[in-house]
Amino acid sequence: MTEQVQPLEEAPPQSRLLGRLASVDRWWLLVLAAVGLIFLLVKASPHPYEEIFNFLTDGIVMTLQITLTSFIFILIVGMFGGLGRLSRSWLIKGIASLYVEVIRGIPLLVQLLFIWFAMPQIFEKIGYLLMPYWPNAGQWFIDLKLQPFSAAVLGITICYGAYMSEIFRAGIQSIHHGQMEAARSLGMTYVQAMRYVILPQAVRVILPPVGNEFVTLLKDSSLVSVLAVADLTRRGREYMSRTFLSFETWTMVALIYLVLTLTFTRLTSALERRMSLGQRR
Amino acid sequence: MEKEGKGSSQKMIEIIGACKSFGRVRALIDVTMHVNRGEVVVIIGPSGSGKSTLLRCINHLEVLDSGTIIVDGIPLTDEKTNINAVRAEVGMVFQQFNLFPHLTALENITLAQRVVRKRSKEEAEHIAYELLKKVGIPEKAHAYPMQLSGGQQQRVAIARALAMQPKIMLFDEPTSALDPEMIKEVLDVMLDLAREGMTMVVVSHEMGFARAAADRIIFMDAGRIIEETTPEELFTAPKHERTRQFLSKILH
Ligand SMILES: Nc1ncnc2c1ncn2[C@@H]1O[C@H](COP(=O)(O)OP(=O)(O)O)[C@@H](O)[C@H]1O
Ligand SMILES: [Mg+2]
Repeated sequence: MTEQVQPLEEAPPQSRLLGRLASVDRWWLLVLAAVGLIFLLVKASPHPYEEIFNFLTDGIVMTLQITLTSFIFILIVGMFGGLGRLSRSWLIKGIASLYVEVIRGIPLLVQLLFIWFAMPQIFEKIGYLLMPYWPNAGQWFIDLKLQPFSAAVLGITICYGAYMSEIFRAGIQSIHHGQMEAARSLGMTYVQAMRYVILPQAVRVILPPVGNEFVTLLKDSSLVSVLAVADLTRRGREYMSRTFLSFETWTMVALIYLVLTLTFTRLTSALERRMSLGQRR
Repeated sequence: MEKEGKGSSQKMIEIIGACKSFGRVRALIDVTMHVNRGEVVVIIGPSGSGKSTLLRCINHLEVLDSGTIIVDGIPLTDEKTNINAVRAEVGMVFQQFNLFPHLTALENITLAQRVVRKRSKEEAEHIAYELLKKVGIPEKAHAYPMQLSGGQQQRVAIARALAMQPKIMLFDEPTSALDPEMIKEVLDVMLDLAREGMTMVVVSHEMGFARAAADRIIFMDAGRIIEETTPEELFTAPKHERTRQFLSKILH
């Protein structure tokens, strides 16, 4: 009996290690498989795959730039939007709620088209209205021209900021109200209590949905190709219209997106694990 | 009882005609009471009688509908009163501890010292270590709340409130969420505080504590103060029938 029990007693640490390795590795393997597939295609038939890949690299960089830049602004808008929806001032609460409800009701693609095609007209109108009273400002509005990159970041931020506001709101609300009371009873102001007590806890709660938003955004960023932004999708379209190699081009584009999204999914869940370990520490 | 400061009848807390409703529920009805400097007042009464509401109003976590509360000479109802400054002088200990779970015991005790009292890190940590020693868990400075027992958490919560060097301490059922074997370690800390002359308002049904430390006991029922008396009188000859009934329930 004892001889049989002994190995079992030793097993837990070992199997826990193996278990952790397995649970981490299994999903990274999928990333590796997708990378391997791209590599294989490029090596096995450089024409056209290597050509396509080289043509698309600028697009990959642009897609990442758009996504990361927008995401920083989205987090800022989301934090203030979430706090705004919980504000005790009816005005701030009203503005924040109106923003969230309206923006969530309009498709991202339509919002991007609006910013790109309709906003210049609005700016021009404002400019002509201001002209008689304040020529400098009027001229500034008429000359105002959003670059495709800025327009894309602006459109994405406005849209995703609304969803992020809801995530922040739910995260802040999930923290027990006793935390706010304890902080306030020690003499902290509302802002100090938010900053040092509520938000640090809310961040851990919202990390999974925020990571999810990031990956969704990475995919939705393909919509900015309508704004003359040379992202991965638009580079794919350019290559296809030049060579008519539809199957090869879109296979490559899809595989690259897959590698990007799988990688970021893995990274966010690794971050989550580290954060929850940090709390248990 | 040989308690310092008892002779000086200077009022630390004065409550006059306090009323508070939550919708249709009348939580406080014309409550008038005071607490002198260095006094320990224990409040008892059935659940829902308004004990927590009364404490929360003293700390301005709830705002009165009508009436006045004056803490150390400062009226809370006055528009010009800096509520945060008053709160820093009034420590509060909650039934559910309400420690900050993302911070260590030490950080729990230093946070408000640093952001409210603007103390340096060294000074705040020095005070925190002293207080952890005082409540008997200096070795737990770097533990997170979830690594501590209930009794240890509540003692950290008391240290956290004391770190602000408050003039008044409010305790809202500090031991009722604790396992029986941990109640004593928390009550001992509170007894020490009472002996040092801290002004305390304690909502608790721990009659041993009330007997040992209370200068006065207030019995509340349905939002009103029914009886205000000394521990000796309460246990020997309660004046009101309702007090008698309540006591027979908690003393069995
Ligand atoms: N925030 C609140 N909202 C609504 N009702 C409340 C609130 N706080 C307390 N009450 C009500 O006020 C009454 C007194 O509550 P409380 O002061 O917590 O009593 P106790 O602490 O004596 O048990 C109860 O009927 C309770 O339901
Ligand atoms: Mg209560």
